[in-house]
Amino acid sequence: MKIKADQRLSWALAIPVLALLLWSVVYPNITTVVGSFAHGLGYWREFANSPSDREALWTTLVISVGSVIGAAAVGLPLAFVLSRVEFRGRRFLQGVATLPAALPPLVGVIAFLFLYGESGVVTRAVQRVLHLSDPPWRLTGIWAIIFVHAYTMYVYVFLFVSAGLERLDSSLDEAAAGLGASTTFRLRKVTLPLVTPALAGSMLLVFMSALGSFSAPYIFGGGLRVLSTQIVASKLNGAMGMVYVETTVMALAAVSALFLLRWFERRRSYALTGKGSSTRITLRGPIARLAPLIAVAFVFVLVLPHAMILLVAFARDGAWTTQVLPPEYTLDNFKRLATDPQLWLPVRNSISMALLATVANIVVCFVAAYLLVRRRFAARGALQLLVVLPWAIPATAIAIGLASTFDRNAPSQLRLLLVGTFWILPLAYFVRGIPLVTSAVESSLRQMDPSLEDAARGLGASWWLTMRRVVIPAARPGLAAGATLAAITAVGEFVASIVLYTHANRPISMEILAQLRNLSFGTAAAYSVLLIILVLLISVAARLLGGRPERVETIPTA
Amino acid sequence: MGGAARLSLDKLTRRFQDKLAVDSLSLEIASGELVALMGASGSGKTTTLRMVAGYEPPDSGKVWLEGKDITARAPRVRGFGMVFQHYALFPHMTVGQNVAFGLEARGVSKSVRSARAAEALANVGLGGAAPRAIQSLSGGEQQRVALARALVIEPPVLLLDEPLSNLDPNLRRSTRDELRATLRRLGLTALFVTHDQEDAFAVADRVALMENGRLLQVGAPEELHDNPVSRSVAEFIGRATFVPGEFDGAKVTVHVAGAATTFAAHASASLNGVRDVLAVLRPDALAFVKDGTGWAGIVTDRRFAGTQLVYRVRVDESTEVELQSTDRDVREGDKVSVRVVREPVSVVAS
Repeated sequence: MKIKADQRLSWALAIPVLALLLWSVVYPNITTVVGSFAHGLGYWREFANSPSDREALWTTLVISVGSVIGAAAVGLPLAFVLSRVEFRGRRFLQGVATLPAALPPLVGVIAFLFLYGESGVVTRAVQRVLHLSDPPWRLTGIWAIIFVHAYTMYVYVFLFVSAGLERLDSSLDEAAAGLGASTTFRLRKVTLPLVTPALAGSMLLVFMSALGSFSAPYIFGGGLRVLSTQIVASKLNGAMGMVYVETTVMALAAVSALFLLRWFERRRSYALTGKGSSTRITLRGPIARLAPLIAVAFVFVLVLPHAMILLVAFARDGAWTTQVLPPEYTLDNFKRLATDPQLWLPVRNSISMALLATVANIVVCFVAAYLLVRRRFAARGALQLLVVLPWAIPATAIAIGLASTFDRNAPSQLRLLLVGTFWILPLAYFVRGIPLVTSAVESSLRQMDPSLEDAARGLGASWWLTMRRVVIPAARPGLAAGATLAAITAVGEFVASIVLYTHANRPISMEILAQLRNLSFGTAAAYSVLLIILVLLISVAARLLGGRPERVETIPTA
Repeated sequence: MGGAARLSLDKLTRRFQDKLAVDSLSLEIASGELVALMGASGSGKTTTLRMVAGYEPPDSGKVWLEGKDITARAPRVRGFGMVFQHYALFPHMTVGQNVAFGLEARGVSKSVRSARAAEALANVGLGGAAPRAIQSLSGGEQQRVALARALVIEPPVLLLDEPLSNLDPNLRRSTRDELRATLRRLGLTALFVTHDQEDAFAVADRVALMENGRLLQVGAPEELHDNPVSRSVAEFIGRATFVPGEFDGAKVTVHVAGAATTFAAHASASLNGVRDVLAVLRPDALAFVKDGTGWAGIVTDRRFAGTQLVYRVRVDESTEVELQSTDRDVREGDKVSVRVVREPVSVVAS
């Protein structure tokens, strides 16, 4: 009897969650795939024969592989140095090293434009110093995109490999040393093989992010075609058949990478059994004195984008022409944002839409995570897959799915007319937030002793009292961390927004793009600063609400 | 310094923040000797072992190996194979690759190292296990692989850090016997750390007992048990009742059960001229007597401990002695008499 009642409760919780996920995650993507076969294989043949599509596919792959190499080349040595070498400021640097991931995607790209673009500060400074008549480089094309990706995505490699090194049992290294192995031999035969699964996992993550990346190719691509920008271009041209094929191809590639990633994560298990106390080399002599200098230089490079945005936000629009640094500074950019209702509207939109999406995420993802961690029922595997899918599927593909599904009122097909309304963007943000909140709550619930729930029930507490007094408090740190990530992603969202926004519900990111097109750099930067402040406020609020901060297992894709 | 000793620790000292982990510790280990470093957790035994292996630099003091000062040498140059508490087997290598690792690091050719790894595995009773995965081994097998991995490089002194602590009691007993047999058969010199006196007594020729970073006493297991130099040693090793007494340099007189009783005494040199001492009454040195000559008392507790029974007997207001007996007929509440049947009795400072 008890078991039956338990199963009934599981299903009573699971059915609404599964239905909602099928409707918001699976259905739109199926619409896309079905749409690609609307003319049998016709669109697919057209895709295969189109030189521009073939170029886009090839370029996307080249950029993705290049980004993986670049990110690993930066992230791997950095992780090794910062977790294995002891010097003053090491912990601070470990924090700073993750800064590039904290920039909202479009903001990061703009910062690069201001820094390394044709009229960027660094570019002009180099030109001035070397007395060149032309800029020393142009930030366009494949190399520019790979550069930007490596700069921001190395953080994944850094975080994964650092975590792998932290968890490595230091006695393995000591045992190898005691058996006569030299430092390089130990590195080659013991340490590297043991962090390989973490490294491979992070490289796949970079691959997935680069594959779906939109902001960098959109801004720096020049004439370059990649899949994500090609999809948006095809949609503008009204070639919906091609949009569907291109979206399907991109999503399939990303989902394959996801399955590879999961495979690697299962293999990784053996490396995590250590006590996790790692020994660090203490630097001595001249290198020890040099280390802080190198560290300061490194911090400078990493903080530069943030600093640049802040600087330009105070620059007078139109005054910055050929000088290295903006010549005139003012508060006008911020004053205009605060006083002009048309300029303030995007800020209000972003906040309310992010809030809506996050609240929905908290409710739905808590139930999903509770089901995944604490309940055994037949559809568990399916639920697990549904909650990670939006993590793998590029935002452009999610947006295309929603746009082609919710473009008409057809209740019999479970379709609502959302395109062109306020509601389509919160829905997109909600879908993107699902994996972030669910996995954070899952990791909190996994840390809860499973017998606590049984103990509460055994003491006579009802299911609801047990949830309220035992399970939800245990999930709180994860809820706070996950909701922070979801809210941060939503408030700065650009990639799905550019497909789905309307003039009335335009978010901050679209307004930044519009100001950039007007060459109102100061205003664009002021919006960016506002966005960064919002991100900080959300983080602080979540920390106050959620108690102790906690390591979250999911990293959002850019 | 050095002399006939294979390994000698000379006033090793190590401080962690404000805690003195190892305090001027000196110890000599002869060739072919098995020495146990025993103590409660936090007594500094593992730190001492790590200083010998080279993982921890001493703040002061020296480590000598065969008459050479090796204090400044890196662990890989010292080449002590160490058996770690959690074995530290490389999870990404097979059993054979693990065992051959030290040879690989020395550039030994593949064919030679796999032959020698197979031999080392056979030495610990795991012949043919070379292709197996580390994850497929039981705890006892992992322990033996770790031992084989250390043995294969023919270390001058084998170091073992709590090699038996991760095994369940039954496996622990048999592994302990095998370990001693293997070390003996190969004629190895070994220093091993343990918190467990049964492990120490079963494997070691000599036991060095540590407390708070200092050596309390070094000696053969019987020596530590029968002739403890201090109350701490007597308490750490075995069970004992401490009874105040007067010591005259050769005999000790205790006042128990309303009478003065005198025993032949054994004391360390530090008690010369000391009068007030504690007599150490071991449970196995006491027995029930039927003729009414001993101390009269009442049995307050009776506990079955395998082959023998352990009784507690209250012999006067302030004294309760513990004794071991094969006599199963005595019950709680019985009136009995007990006496000391083995002399000399150890005395320690009160």
